[in-house]
Amino acid sequence: MKISVQSEDFDLAQVLKGFGKAPNTGATVSFTGLVRDDTGMLEHMEIEHYPGMCEAAITTIAEEAATRWSLTDCLVIHRYGQLRPGDQIMMVATAARHRVEAFEAAEYLMDYLKSRAPFWKKEVTREGADWVAAKDADEEALNRW
Amino acid sequence: MKIEVLYFAWVRERIGEPRETVETEAATVMGLVEELKAREPRYDLAFSDLKSLRVALDQELTDFDASLAGVREVAFFPPMTGG
Repeated sequence: MKISVQSEDFDLAQVLKGFGKAPNTGATVSFTGLVRDDTGMLEHMEIEHYPGMCEAAITTIAEEAATRWSLTDCLVIHRYGQLRPGDQIMMVATAARHRVEAFEAAEYLMDYLKSRAPFWKKEVTREGADWVAAKDADEEALNRW
Repeated sequence: MKIEVLYFAWVRERIGEPRETVETEAATVMGLVEELKAREPRYDLAFSDLKSLRVALDQELTDFDASLAGVREVAFFPPMTGG
């Protein structure tokens, strides 16, 4: 299992190279989140984080996923600091014996990272800056697990 | 007792600093919030709607009625927006 909270970018191919190598692995899934610009106005995004609690919260979430879906490997990278449209924000990767477990565990990780890992996004546009509000749907997404 | 109090995102902006050491005798998070609110308007503004706030004690999410006994670090922040 690997957890990293970092400001620097990551190379997806490089990261996945050594991932899920246990011989009982039959499927790996990876997801990458990017900075989206819906309006063409976004200059950058500021991601604030709570050092220490971030690592602890992500580790708890990843351990839960690893146990529940018998993962053979699990990886989470989440960035903080100033990011521009198109930049990679975060990624998760899961490895399991079968694809259903790998897909479900990846979705679980994403749902929990969204509302239980202490990061806050601020969007800065030419017209000003605003904190991104948490959505009710993100909280509701946790109910299915 | 002395407690480290941390603020993140718009809570930090409203209060105007990321962290401070607070001398308090409050028994619960709610008690601490009431003490802070009574101090200065900026705290009153930051804590005006507790439903839009979350609290962590020693880096674990909890509720506003949680006890502060033995706690070293309290953090206040809006709902998280990771991912």
